[in-house]
Amino acid sequence: MILADDEKALLDGAGGVAKQKAMELLVRYAEALGAERFVNTNNVAGVPGSSTMFLQKYFEEHSGDGSFEAVFSLYDLDAGEVMSVPNAAGNCCHLQGGMDLEHWADLGKSHEAMQHQRADEAELARHGVRIMKTCTPYLAGNLPLKGEHCAWMESSAVVYCNSVIGARTNAEGRESTSAAMLTGKIPDWGFHRDEYRHATHLIEVETPVETVMDWGMLGYFVGDVVEEDQPVLTGAIRQADPLRHKHFGAAAASSGGVEMYHIVGVTPEAASLEMALGGRKPVVTIKYGAEERRRVYETLNATGRDPNVDYVMLGCPHASIDQFRDVARLLDGRKIKTHLWMFTSRAVKTVADMSGFTRKIEDAGGLVMTDTCSAIARAVPKGTQVVALDSAKQVHYLPAMVGVQAWFGTTEDCINAALTGRWTGELR
Amino acid sequence: MIVLRGRGIVGGCAEGEALVTHEAISGWGGIDPMTGAVIETRHELHGQSFKDKVLVFPGAKGSSGWSNAFHMTRLTKSAPLAMIFNQMTTKIALGAVVTRVPAVTELDQDPLGVIETGDWVKVDGDRGVVEVTKR
Repeated sequence: MILADDEKALLDGAGGVAKQKAMELLVRYAEALGAERFVNTNNVAGVPGSSTMFLQKYFEEHSGDGSFEAVFSLYDLDAGEVMSVPNAAGNCCHLQGGMDLEHWADLGKSHEAMQHQRADEAELARHGVRIMKTCTPYLAGNLPLKGEHCAWMESSAVVYCNSVIGARTNAEGRESTSAAMLTGKIPDWGFHRDEYRHATHLIEVETPVETVMDWGMLGYFVGDVVEEDQPVLTGAIRQADPLRHKHFGAAAASSGGVEMYHIVGVTPEAASLEMALGGRKPVVTIKYGAEERRRVYETLNATGRDPNVDYVMLGCPHASIDQFRDVARLLDGRKIKTHLWMFTSRAVKTVADMSGFTRKIEDAGGLVMTDTCSAIARAVPKGTQVVALDSAKQVHYLPAMVGVQAWFGTTEDCINAALTGRWTGELR
Repeated sequence: MIVLRGRGIVGGCAEGEALVTHEAISGWGGIDPMTGAVIETRHELHGQSFKDKVLVFPGAKGSSGWSNAFHMTRLTKSAPLAMIFNQMTTKIALGAVVTRVPAVTELDQDPLGVIETGDWVKVDGDRGVVEVTKR
């Protein structure tokens, strides 16, 4: 690798032992990738030092120390010793976590685990990390510039960052973001480089895609067919907005590993098909028509058998303020028959609280939670067997993770299920 | 014996029985870090564990919690013995580095075409060499 002077100095220990270990990990990682150099980043989104009870107990048992600094040193930085952890070098935010700190008991978490999370959070704040606690940093106050080099994890945020904002990040992991938090460095590979950002696969959309549900289904289809490659979409895709992009990208990053997509005339690096493809021919051209749409719908509803719904989960990825407005409006002063949990960031919840949306959802019998979701927390209301979801991403993960049946449909289908206790969604 | 040559991305040597899949693997939400079992409902390895096997697969997909999930298998002693894969991504590069098992990619023949589940495979991550003894 070609290292800059400041990178060599960090490796030599000029910034202290923690930064040295962080740099060593980044070099191991960059060499595995085949990267030749690093880029500077002042926008890191990760989960630094977050320790589950498992990690805390593991390091207590094996290293005699389960503290924040021990977990950060031994696990995040994969170092062989416990070190004093310096403050974040630049802008760094913490993504989603394991529980809502108010409704932890509903999520089946212990008082001990909640106190542990509070202590972790205090440590992070002390180290200069912003406590955003969301998978949607771009809706909660971290909106990078086009072209800005970032080091983000959370696949749905990564794909949004590259595709919708035009900023540059790979799907980083816990260890690389924690190392970037201390050093401000990340390998110059993949989506940091122009040539890697061009589309490889052409998707021709022949059936109208307008609703949030349809954008989610199209994303799920695209991830399935392109896997880790970069699609460009043309055709009947309408009503682009942040919410639709949020659902499209999250779905494409779940069924596949899509980290960047282009929609001609919509996303910032696709003013034309030629621009998106970088002047090359697509590797393959794939059609998305009515038949493909039906198959995606059936796949997403593959685990749903029993129409009696116990639990409706909304907010995957974390709900936007517009989604709160819509849900409050759909509930319209009525009472629900199932459990309803809606997940969001602390920033959006604050606005939802002040706008009266949270109150309306709670008055109907629902619960608004922050920080996490059912899949991340591995938590559904006690006794849940059948779930209704409006997120292709959540439907991809939740049934396998907690052993439930799941129905997928529109937000309206989900609210109807909450109000009646029965699933009546269908492909319209 | 068949010999494949490529690039080692994590050093060290290991040998054992191969577990081969033609489908990319999801880390977080796709495997159980406590047992090394694949839990993704629609995956062809659903229910099978890579613990103590040489994992041969196209690459990583899904959540950016990939490295964390595989890092955890190192702590729970459920990690694969070695990794052989085709498509380089940040998920798999970081995941292999922190799982600290020998890992090889960019092989001169497609490992998915050569290696079958149950074959005996020796992985040399220092030299980037894979030796396959058919079952």
